[in-house]
Amino acid sequence: MKRKHKRLTFVGIALLLLAAAAALILTAFEENIVFFFSPTDILAQKPTPDRRLRLGGLVEEGSVTKPKGGVITFRVTDTAQTVPVSYKGILPDLFREGQGIVAEGRYIKNVFVADEVLAKHDENYMPPEVAEAIKKSGQWQGKEKVKIK
Amino acid sequence: MSAELGHFALILALLIAAVQATLPLIGAQRNMPAWIAIANPTAYVQFFLTTLAFGCLIHVYLISDFSVVNVVQNSHTDKPILYKIAGSWGNHEGSLLLWVFILALFGAAVAAFGRNLPPAFKARVLSVQAMIALGFYAFILLTSNPFERIFPAPLNGQDLNPLLQDPGLAIHPPMLYLGYVGFSIAFSFAIAALIEGRVDAAWARWVRPWTLAAWIFLTGGITLGSWWAYYELGWGGWWFWDPVENASFMPWLAGTALLHSAVVVEKRDTLKGWTVLLAIIAFSMSLLGTFLVRSGVLTSVHAFATDPSRGVFILALLVFVIGGSLALFAWRGPQLKSTGLFQPISREGALLLNNLIMTTALAAVLLGTLYPLFIDVIGGAKISVGAPFFNAVFLPLMVPMIIAMAIGPFMNWKRGDILPALGRLRFTFLFALVAGAAAWSVETDGPFMGVIGIALAAWLGAGVIAEIYERIHLFRAPLSESIRRLGRIPRSTWGMSFAHFGLALAIAGMAGAGGWKVESIQTMKPGETVNVGGYEYTFEGAHEGQGPNYTILFGKFTVRKDGEIFTVMEAEKRNYPVARMPTTEAAIHTTLMGDLYAVIGDAEGDEGAYVTRIYYNPLVVWMWIGCIVMMFGGTLSMTDRRHRVGVPHKRQHASATSDPVSSTS
Repeated sequence: MKRKHKRLTFVGIALLLLAAAAALILTAFEENIVFFFSPTDILAQKPTPDRRLRLGGLVEEGSVTKPKGGVITFRVTDTAQTVPVSYKGILPDLFREGQGIVAEGRYIKNVFVADEVLAKHDENYMPPEVAEAIKKSGQWQGKEKVKIK
Repeated sequence: MSAELGHFALILALLIAAVQATLPLIGAQRNMPAWIAIANPTAYVQFFLTTLAFGCLIHVYLISDFSVVNVVQNSHTDKPILYKIAGSWGNHEGSLLLWVFILALFGAAVAAFGRNLPPAFKARVLSVQAMIALGFYAFILLTSNPFERIFPAPLNGQDLNPLLQDPGLAIHPPMLYLGYVGFSIAFSFAIAALIEGRVDAAWARWVRPWTLAAWIFLTGGITLGSWWAYYELGWGGWWFWDPVENASFMPWLAGTALLHSAVVVEKRDTLKGWTVLLAIIAFSMSLLGTFLVRSGVLTSVHAFATDPSRGVFILALLVFVIGGSLALFAWRGPQLKSTGLFQPISREGALLLNNLIMTTALAAVLLGTLYPLFIDVIGGAKISVGAPFFNAVFLPLMVPMIIAMAIGPFMNWKRGDILPALGRLRFTFLFALVAGAAAWSVETDGPFMGVIGIALAAWLGAGVIAEIYERIHLFRAPLSESIRRLGRIPRSTWGMSFAHFGLALAIAGMAGAGGWKVESIQTMKPGETVNVGGYEYTFEGAHEGQGPNYTILFGKFTVRKDGEIFTVMEAEKRNYPVARMPTTEAAIHTTLMGDLYAVIGDAEGDEGAYVTRIYYNPLVVWMWIGCIVMMFGGTLSMTDRRHRVGVPHKRQHASATSDPVSSTS
């Protein structure tokens, strides 16, 4: 094989790999990108159950109930709208009423069925998506993280 | 006083770094030995000053000096001493100080151990190293001063984030940073080589031990982080494809590719430009990781910084270093002429295939990590790209690589033959088939990827053993001859075998835990029993206890197998009153075949019932053992005599390094 041909072989392999990776990435993007919704977005757009999505907002005060068998229900609010959530499992350590959370799951028959609930920060922290959702709903109190000094 | 002393030492270090970044470089360009000679002492002084600064920070933590903001925000008098020390780097400012401390440590190490390096080259390396340091000193002093005072001083601190109060996580950041920052050496060597316009076998031999050291630490750091997530987050998982995890994984992928291409440069004097580019990419990924984690653009436990000026500063640094080095590469790279030619089917070809797959995988991970940020910046929808995406893209890319990994070592340099190599692997292939079939028969509706993973692990593991078997001519030559050959295998070759075998073990662990995990969530009253993965867990109730700076809720489980008591497990839920934050400590009983894993959640009702989460995680321990074996392999390779000698002399039996190569075949 000539030098040029050898080089071409590797360029060929590289292109093949890139094409394979691109194909994998595109199909995976199609199926696995998860969009973020605020409660207002959910009620406005009524997403179908076949899509996974993320819901962010504050856990409404006094809304947490534990019916049975490890199932937990609560409502998530962006202060303008509210969406009921049901979740089976152990809540993250920092889950509290009035606290910002992000839940991942599907919206089925007007209930957000979550299979993952994230609230993994210190108690002053609010996920940026949640802060933005609340700002958008016009209820933001302008309480940024308080700094000492 | 300590705080002011530390602050002052940092300012001095910045000034010293400015000298180190310029004078030796100019000296090397103009051939002025006196200026070149400045490189070594400045590297030592810089190291002394950062050590002093870092020591001062640890000191203010140890004495709980609450007139320092950083201590107030991250410490408390009740905190155990280990976490007082670890608290100094468990926050944004302190972790950056750790960053420059390790950078200066590596710089001083090059000055001390790089005696074989030509003085001008060494001066350039140390200058480049100081330029990076300069950027970080400026960043710390201008935006993230860890020694800032507060008046009036509060009586006590706010405590370190309890999730970080853990022995594994206390040493995770230093380990990880030794890896991240270690790639700066490979980067500085690459830039110095570009300035000189010359890369040769000797260069590759100098770069390799440093890259190996960085790689070993990075492997350790990632493993520790993963292990921590496994037992501390209580979800039974060990890798979540979280952007922060990806940030540490991307330099690892680039560094692994670099290790393999440096071998080709050393042995065959080719792939030079590519290797230099990989060195630049590896460190760029380290910087990108630092940016992602430290700028606050990501939502994660690591995201301490919320101050936008910091993000902008790191971004500017990132653009300057990556853009500058790539521009230099575009300008000088074409001068790096390669002489060695080789066939696609050859050892070089196999190593290049490794490189192509590693970089493709790196690109895929990079895209998945940055895409949501990119969409957010251009004002699109808020999206997240999670584990399903990465699994769907990354795992299929790894399949051909693992297959090639077992074949590659059987290839000759320059020109190999695929059929004899495959012939020698026939028993390996059979073994992989049997292992896959066995995994499939355990649970016939088990996951496809799990079965593939077990088969691949068996293929790679047996392939490594087959290669040693062939190398020593076992049963083909007299036994004494085989033993003699075994003794003559160089350490770097053992290193490869161990590292590859470690990966095989780790893959088996990942396939087992990823494929056959059993999960059970329920409410349990005392005395109730559930069966998970063939073990019966009886909940014995909960009781309370007291830790040094937290209260504990213990959940006790008696585990029986076939009616016999197997073990007793106590899961903990800790509550840290100062930080007002609970943490989960999973109870884990490790066996070779799998981990028994129990977590206690919230109380339910008044009858002492609790939500519990119980897992059976098959083969997890293989993953940790595999990672340790990989690190051991790296260490063996690093201590190979060839690297210690380091002088660019030609050895008689190193046929490949210098012989003239014909261009046709």
